[in-house]
Amino acid sequence: MKHLVILGAGTAGTMMANHLVSKLPKAEWKITIVDQYKIHYYQPGFLFLPFDIYTEDQVKKEGKKFIPKGVNYIQKKIERISPEANTVTLDADETLNYDILIVATGSKIAPEEIEGMAGPEWHKSIFDFYTYEGAKALRDKLRDWKGGKLVVHITEMPIKCPVAPLEFSFLADSYFKHKGMRDKVDITYVTPLDGAFTTPKAAQALHHLLEEKGIKEVTNFNIEHVDYDNHKIIDYAETEVDYDLLVTVPTNMGDEVIARSGMGDDLNYVPTHKATLQSKDYENVFVIGDATNVPTSKAGSVAHFEAEILTENILRYVAGKPLDAEFDGHANCFIETGGGKALLIDFNYDQEPVEGSFPFPGIGPLRLLKENRMNHMGKLAFRWVYWNMLLKGIPIPFVSSAMSEKGKKIEAIV
Amino acid sequence: MKKVIANKEIDVNEEGYLEDVSQWTKEVGTELAKEQGIDMTDKHWEVIDYLQDKYKNDEALSIRGIKKSGVINIKEFYDLFPGGPLKKSTLIAGIPKPKSCI
Repeated sequence: MKHLVILGAGTAGTMMANHLVSKLPKAEWKITIVDQYKIHYYQPGFLFLPFDIYTEDQVKKEGKKFIPKGVNYIQKKIERISPEANTVTLDADETLNYDILIVATGSKIAPEEIEGMAGPEWHKSIFDFYTYEGAKALRDKLRDWKGGKLVVHITEMPIKCPVAPLEFSFLADSYFKHKGMRDKVDITYVTPLDGAFTTPKAAQALHHLLEEKGIKEVTNFNIEHVDYDNHKIIDYAETEVDYDLLVTVPTNMGDEVIARSGMGDDLNYVPTHKATLQSKDYENVFVIGDATNVPTSKAGSVAHFEAEILTENILRYVAGKPLDAEFDGHANCFIETGGGKALLIDFNYDQEPVEGSFPFPGIGPLRLLKENRMNHMGKLAFRWVYWNMLLKGIPIPFVSSAMSEKGKKIEAIV
Repeated sequence: MKKVIANKEIDVNEEGYLEDVSQWTKEVGTELAKEQGIDMTDKHWEVIDYLQDKYKNDEALSIRGIKKSGVINIKEFYDLFPGGPLKKSTLIAGIPKPKSCI
């Protein structure tokens, strides 16, 4: 009996278990998935938790519910991967041998990377909203915050869901308007990039929205440390930004198990072939989702598109065929802009987000890079899609893993 | 677009970055630096060498990478290339402006 082991039962790992259980011959393959945590969080929901739009119960469920029958589920900490020996060591020295390994250990925030960030003011005047605990603490803070300088800040790229801090700023604008205290809150968006987003067309559209909502922008800000005594963030060029409430996206890093196993880069991401999702160093190790170093967004939609490609490639690998299914870097993200509206962006390794209609060319009903209500409804509906379709590996109708250029205003490259 | 610098015709994009790394010479680098208000010293060139090496090996450039480079610390990096150190130094090195990974 051969053994396929999946490390991590988050979005990507759970999807792979669901895809593979029906495709790998049961008589020949055993599938095991390992994750130390009991709870599966709907991470996109962490954006809504601080503003009392979602409740705690809407963003968490027991992880086991989403692991299909026929997959062996182990709830234990992973101590080390030994790719040379094809083994994984779990807590209490339990060892798993594998024929194929899928690394889906994700990424998480590392506030300790910046001096003064994870100090005594953490979750008091300095918050993250990338963890359940952080989002909840921030919600409690915002409920009776009297106003002042709100700074929304990105520490360094890459981060999970690069649009989330922008969405946070837009939703904060709406939230304080709704509470009748927008005039008491000064919102500043601080980024290490030279604009609101990583690509020019989207950066322009998002810059206008920030302006329209009276949100200030500080760009090219590479944070050096947080001076929590004086409520300031200071960058390497000695630029200072004052805050009363700092909402930061700390450095994002891959899991420590990747570092312990000596398999990662500077940020603990596993070097991965961007088209096939095979690891660069070991042919029977595949990587998916936030754990890879591939140059696209770290996002659930990306993991979803990757899962379709990776399933195909694993079946090819098992059959001894070349891995010719190719991932194009496709990402598809709703961007909440506040006031019940949202934008939608659709892009890949080569094509930046542009205007257009989605998923039906010329029809929509969703609009790319333009605010509307329909996009917002799409974003809210996505929570249901996530729990009921995405995790189970059910394809989303009309949205394929390869990005379509139809219905988009793409300028010819000269 | 075309640009003549250090008696050499080079192709640059609208932000002034070289389109073709092979057109780069040390003289071109020196002149591009002058346009940025920078007089090149040995330490500057050490950084440029490091960046060009990284680029040739297809490795992404980032502030974090500089921190771990062993060539220079970030404070010095800012002192040598004031304002946007990574942006200015890559322009002088004749390599593309680093795209932050999204």
